Amino acid sequence: MNAPQPVQQDQRQFISGNEAVAQAARDAGCSVASAYPGTPSTEILEFIAAYPEIYTEWSINEKVSLEVAIGASLAGSRALCAMKHVGVNVASDALMTQTLIGAVGGLVLVVADDVGLSSSQNEQDSRYWGRFAHLPVLEPADAQEAYEMTRLAFGLSEQYDVPVMVRLTTRICHVKGVVVCSQPDIYQHKNFTKDPARYVMVPGNAKKRIPLMMERDQQLSQVSEEHPLNRIESGSDTEIGFVTSGAAYFHVKETYPDAPVFKLGLSHPAPIEAIRDFAASVNRLVVVEEVEPLLETELRAAGISLYGKDILPRIGELSPQVLTPCIDKLLGKNSDEKLISTAELFPRPPTLCVACPHLGIYYCLSHIKNTIIAGDIGCYTLGAGHPWNALDTTISMGASLSVAQGIDKGRSEADQNKNVLAVIGDSTFMHMGMQGLLDITYNKGNVTVLLLDNRAVGMTGGQNAPSSGLNIHGEATLQVDFRKLCEALGVKPERIHEVNPYELPTLFKALREEVKIKEPSVIITNQPCVLTERYSKLPPLKVDEDRCTGCSNCLDVGCPAILVSRKETVIKPNGREKELSFVNIDTAACTGCNLCTNTCAPDAIVPAFNVGNINAVEVK
Amino acid sequence: MMTSQKPSLELNSDAVTNILVVGIGGQGVMTAADVLSQAALALGYDVKKTEVAGMAQRGGVVTSHVRFGKQVLSPAIRPGDADMMIAFEPAEALRWHTHMKSGAVVMVNDYPLIPPVVSIGLYDYPDNPLGQLADGSVELHHFNAGEAAIELGDRRLVNSIMLGAIADHLPFSPEILEQALLARFQRKGEALTELNRRAFTLGRQAFNQVDSLATA
Ligand SMILES: Cc1ncc(C[n+]2csc(CCOP(=O)(O)OP(=O)(O)O)c2C)c(N)n1
Ligand code: SF4
Ligand code: SF4
Repeated sequence: MNAPQPVQQDQRQFISGNEAVAQAARDAGCSVASAYPGTPSTEILEFIAAYPEIYTEWSINEKVSLEVAIGASLAGSRALCAMKHVGVNVASDALMTQTLIGAVGGLVLVVADDVGLSSSQNEQDSRYWGRFAHLPVLEPADAQEAYEMTRLAFGLSEQYDVPVMVRLTTRICHVKGVVVCSQPDIYQHKNFTKDPARYVMVPGNAKKRIPLMMERDQQLSQVSEEHPLNRIESGSDTEIGFVTSGAAYFHVKETYPDAPVFKLGLSHPAPIEAIRDFAASVNRLVVVEEVEPLLETELRAAGISLYGKDILPRIGELSPQVLTPCIDKLLGKNSDEKLISTAELFPRPPTLCVACPHLGIYYCLSHIKNTIIAGDIGCYTLGAGHPWNALDTTISMGASLSVAQGIDKGRSEADQNKNVLAVIGDSTFMHMGMQGLLDITYNKGNVTVLLLDNRAVGMTGGQNAPSSGLNIHGEATLQVDFRKLCEALGVKPERIHEVNPYELPTLFKALREEVKIKEPSVIITNQPCVLTERYSKLPPLKVDEDRCTGCSNCLDVGCPAILVSRKETVIKPNGREKELSFVNIDTAACTGCNLCTNTCAPDAIVPAFNVGNINAVEVK
Repeated sequence: MMTSQKPSLELNSDAVTNILVVGIGGQGVMTAADVLSQAALALGYDVKKTEVAGMAQRGGVVTSHVRFGKQVLSPAIRPGDADMMIAFEPAEALRWHTHMKSGAVVMVNDYPLIPPVVSIGLYDYPDNPLGQLADGSVELHHFNAGEAAIELGDRRLVNSIMLGAIADHLPFSPEILEQALLARFQRKGEALTELNRRAFTLGRQAFNQVDSLATA
């Protein structure tokens, strides 16, 4: 076989867009980086944290995170802040005014849009913020461009005195590609200079900054018209010319290699005149942008005729398989693209982990009647799914408490006897839940709060938070005391319970007691997320088949290690049919948390010790 | 059974090799895809690897696309374009088979993993997922890599076994894939490296056995 041989590849790294952003921050001389975790942006800060020369922190929420970066920029550092798309909603109060102040050290906001909603509560287009907050927006199309554009963003920020947004999408963040880095910058750290007319945004000062911002918009529009990041790639087939940016660029190139393409890197402000010239060189112009028709609207307003969201979907990725049938239709061709993407099969929705400390809570909640349960965002949102079906609302981070307060105050006569509960995780509580609790106590609400403290940000991979007592580097630091915190927020000490979520009887008792009492109460769980080092496994269990009666109670726990082995339909003495489900426990997966034993009346769940080959499953 | 169409890939041809790695969170799908990518990278190819792993740690479907060649544009493999599939679970192989080219190599670990939604009776697991794949449109190979891994001492070895199984089908030599795999364990000690070497070899052998059975 004539196999190719390995080549020298010192400079060629195979890294994701997120890691490329981290390397760019380092090579740009960035010295402060902050973030609150959120898919698909989380790894950016995890990678930056590996560089000792950069101060890195997990902040409490995105607003705090952006403000830390703003402070660092004003202090003369190059600073980067990363977040997922919905994070900008939280940070926007700071962003909308910081744009008047600008930047001293380069200030770069990296935002990751979850196009296609792989794990988010909505799909929003962060490029809007560029328009709203008068910021330039850079849109890399792969990891190499993520590196280059992040580096460039720092300089652009300093040159035009403006925070710069780098807009990523899931297909940039999590796609690995070949990246070659360039020579690092030597950044001259500036000093803090008092300048209240610029940094103190009272009306009188802010008013004077607005015309400067408008002027900056003008300049940036000019820059965009001529910037090398906005370029025309000529093509032989001028029937359609594409205007595109971000991940969609490569989808277009893959599908229509012969078409002329206007590739946008600095996508806002848009180079309208350059695109107008390009439009004149092709028969039809098609704008391919993920997600909203932003550029399209601006080009139409400038009198350029084009196709856009009239022929392309306004949701999800514009991958080759999505583009082809739309463009075929435009050209009047019969599309031969296979519409079917995957075979019709059962789904595999995400579930809580084996032995997750949230399992017991949802077992109880699904067995308590007469409730309205406001949920929040985290792993415990999965409690809305099978087998628990235990959440009635989920909106935004922290909303469980305030929405529960609103449900309490807004409920009808008929709903007065219902118990209103809020379920929230530790990280989410600190992010934006504490305010809701204070609102409840201050305004005399009647909400029973379940604060699920697993000492980590489970959903995004088990990052540290103030509840962990560890910082981003795993070093010891303050560990928040939730009991004291809730007391300080006005909950009576006797209305605060700390419970072990694996002890079902204790949980039931605390819950039944607190829902009866017409004042705010908080039940705090105290066992760690199983993904973190704090969690220790116990010897696994098994099901004694002779004793299992097929009652299926343990299946209500929802632990993925419990599997149905056999079903049987029996006729009960009253003549009704009943379906029995006999189970077994996947001993290699079970970590012996003992939760399910609480639900098994015939005590059929027993230690697996002397049966399974423990060595076979416990190799470290 | 169709004869194996080993994709031939010269560095200066425009052809791109498309490999789909599919399975369930926690099985090592992304690691296997990474090893394939590293091997291709070492040979000087352009490589892109993308995942669809919505909440992978929570037992969801994980799909990894690996594309390599002189130049790779879009990272996603379109339906009908995959040259090869490594499936860590039989129903997942069935789920993605519409992505395969006709005659593509499909290598399946036929150790089924039943999700809770099936356990509690909301959905059915297909009776014979591989039967549905054996319609002649692809070159199907399957063996119980899950059992083999447990016999070797750790179910996480499935990963290395499956890489071994596909190794003789790649447009480069199996040794290059083995090197890329073992490089991951360099810092973790000789014992683990050796264990994975054995798993990889076992995968290669298992494939060869299956192959001779298949053509019998
Ligand atoms: C505004 C916003 N920022 C970040 C996220 C990403 N995110 C989803 S859940 C979550 C926190 C989960 O932690 P916790 O509340 O402790 O619950 P756990 O997952 O550990 O159960 C985060 C950061 C988001 N959905 N929205
Ligand atoms: S990651 Fe942690 S909190 Fe999330 S489901 Fe798993 S154990 Fe539970
Ligand atoms: S003891 Fe029961 S609930 Fe806990 S991990 Fe094992 S099977 Fe799951």
